[in-house]
Amino acid sequence: MAAVAPPSVFAGGANVIAVGVLLAEFGMLRQAVLRDQVRLYAAQSALISALAIVVAAARHVPELYLLAGLSASLKVVAVPLVLRRLLRGVGAERAGPGWTDIAGTGALSVASTVLLAIAVAAFGFFSVAALRIHSPVLPDTALAISVAVSLVALVLMIMRRDVVSQAIGFLSLENGISLSALVVAAGLPLILEVAFLFDLLVAAVVFGLLIRVHHGRAESVSTAELTRLRG
Amino acid sequence: MLVLLLTVPVAAALVSLRAPAAAAKAVTAASGVTCFGLVLALVPEAGHRPLEYLSFLRVDAVSAVFLLATGFLYAAVAVYSVGYLGHGRGEEGHAGFARYCRRYYLGLNLFCWSMLAAPMMGNLALLWIAVEVTTVISALLVAIEDTDGAAEAAWKYLLIASAGLSLALLATIFAYYAGSQALGEHYDLSFAGLLHAGSRLPQDPVRLAFVLAVLGFGTKMGLFPVHTWLPDAHSEAPTPVSALLSGSLLAVSFYAVIRYFQVASAALGPRFPRDVLLAFGVASLLLAALYLIEQRDLKRLLAYSSVEHMGILAIGLSFGAPLALAGVLLHVLAHAAAKGNAFMGAGVLVRKLGSKRIAPAGGLDLLPWSGPLFLLAIFALSALPPFGIFRSEFEIVAGGLSAGGSVAAAVLIVAVTVAFFGLSAAANRMLLAPREGPARALARGEPSAWMVAPVAAGVIALAVLGVHPPAELTHLLGQAAAQLSGAA
Repeated sequence: MAAVAPPSVFAGGANVIAVGVLLAEFGMLRQAVLRDQVRLYAAQSALISALAIVVAAARHVPELYLLAGLSASLKVVAVPLVLRRLLRGVGAERAGPGWTDIAGTGALSVASTVLLAIAVAAFGFFSVAALRIHSPVLPDTALAISVAVSLVALVLMIMRRDVVSQAIGFLSLENGISLSALVVAAGLPLILEVAFLFDLLVAAVVFGLLIRVHHGRAESVSTAELTRLRG
Repeated sequence: MLVLLLTVPVAAALVSLRAPAAAAKAVTAASGVTCFGLVLALVPEAGHRPLEYLSFLRVDAVSAVFLLATGFLYAAVAVYSVGYLGHGRGEEGHAGFARYCRRYYLGLNLFCWSMLAAPMMGNLALLWIAVEVTTVISALLVAIEDTDGAAEAAWKYLLIASAGLSLALLATIFAYYAGSQALGEHYDLSFAGLLHAGSRLPQDPVRLAFVLAVLGFGTKMGLFPVHTWLPDAHSEAPTPVSALLSGSLLAVSFYAVIRYFQVASAALGPRFPRDVLLAFGVASLLLAALYLIEQRDLKRLLAYSSVEHMGILAIGLSFGAPLALAGVLLHVLAHAAAKGNAFMGAGVLVRKLGSKRIAPAGGLDLLPWSGPLFLLAIFALSALPPFGIFRSEFEIVAGGLSAGGSVAAAVLIVAVTVAFFGLSAAANRMLLAPREGPARALARGEPSAWMVAPVAAGVIALAVLGVHPPAELTHLLGQAAAQLSGAA
């Protein structure tokens, strides 16, 4: 068996950042304090922007600098700001006995959820490796990690029973997909990337509006009561 | 003309943001009818060659079919809304009602705009963006009634559809990867380029992109097992919005699936994409047919009927024979008209009775026009001749039999028959059984003529589609079917 060449500094650095993104996703999965969950989301977005800058510098794709700036301003600053304002708004007005800043229980206990997420992430990681998709700009591991991130985000959306965590699950799912896009589609025309980001902003605003509506009606962020419509 | 089609609804939306309710009604109705006229004018041209404009707008025969469906429903719903927001709500003149009207018309026009825009995009990324825009706007429209049920339905819809569309975004990215492998780094995700590259595309990424696209756009199309948002959203939205969701939004998502189907067929050969669609289609059809039998809510009944028809579309596409493909495209049109009609007729019943429950109500007696029209719409939905769905399902089944899909065709016929039982039992209770309970006190009469006219127009359209479709439409459908089977 041929000796495995040690990865270059670039590949190693990129993989470390990608693993950081996955760890942030797991952090969101087990974090019960909503405010800290939003912080983790911002950190995850910052990591992805950093990776975009690394790719731009190492592979000479100047558009990615612009993209990194835009996505950082949107996902590290704007969206978390909106979410935090939303949390503060619902917290201050309704500081009554029912309100806490802590998410309700999930469908499973935290430990089982994390175990499930590890299994799902491993599945994503190894199944992508079987697809033989090779990235022109980043090590192949990064793609496998990005798919694992997306799958864990889906677990987060399914298992959590409050509207804020579910929205964060969606937003971090989008982060995982941005990571995939960075790996296999770094050359995607900038105008399309910008359109995607704008679309994300619109979706975040609508999520915020509906969180408001839901909170106004149910006086909580829990989705445990959303069982009226069935059959 | 394409640009005009994209600006008229936006202009109507802007007007309805500022103008009083009466002006918004008139402008929206005018915009709906204008857009339908524009689409009709597009049909002959699009049947001959793809129209391209500004490098990203592209209307070929397939897109034109979906534009027709949306254009027709936009016009019908815009007229229907005049009556829906006019009489019997007992809240005219309130400041709250004016605000409701403003939001409603703003949302309605933007929603139709986004659904008209989606089939005109010649680029898979822009197509995804347009579909995502339809989601966020329609989620707000579902929430507009401001009840507990509406808030719940809107949240489920937004969350499930957004998660599904995230998978579709992943599909878009893998499609780009496949395209850039075959066409070089500067590939811009244009659909024609991807189709042109055909078998030069790498296989695994295309396969992955296709499955993700079916699952992702299939979420919005209401395919089993990702249909769960659909009955909630359809039953809690205002009736005109339900009609648009069912007849047009699902079709637009189906359009996205069709585009990926074309690419996958060109790259992988027809076997794999057909098998995937067949599995999803049969599962949706069976589930929906069973849910139709024991349904107690009128609007949920119609929602499950949409799942059923989307299953039929997926099965028809999986047959792949040109006759079946022409049937699929005709089915898109006929389903839009029939489901729009059924929802609008149901809306009148619900308005009259004040309840969505399926209960003996003597509707034929109570509503001299809407009752019979609703009955005809149910007949049309159950594929009775002489309506359009009969012709389209006949073509799908005949095409399926000729293409060797006899088991799937048999399943289709059985499930459609089961669905017919469910639908006609419900219609029988609502329309023919003598009135019971509080309904007995209601006087005979229609809430509004505006709510009858579009339904009557829909019945005429269905009969035309079923008995003798115009030559230009037949040509368009033939052209589109040829494109889908890869011959043109």
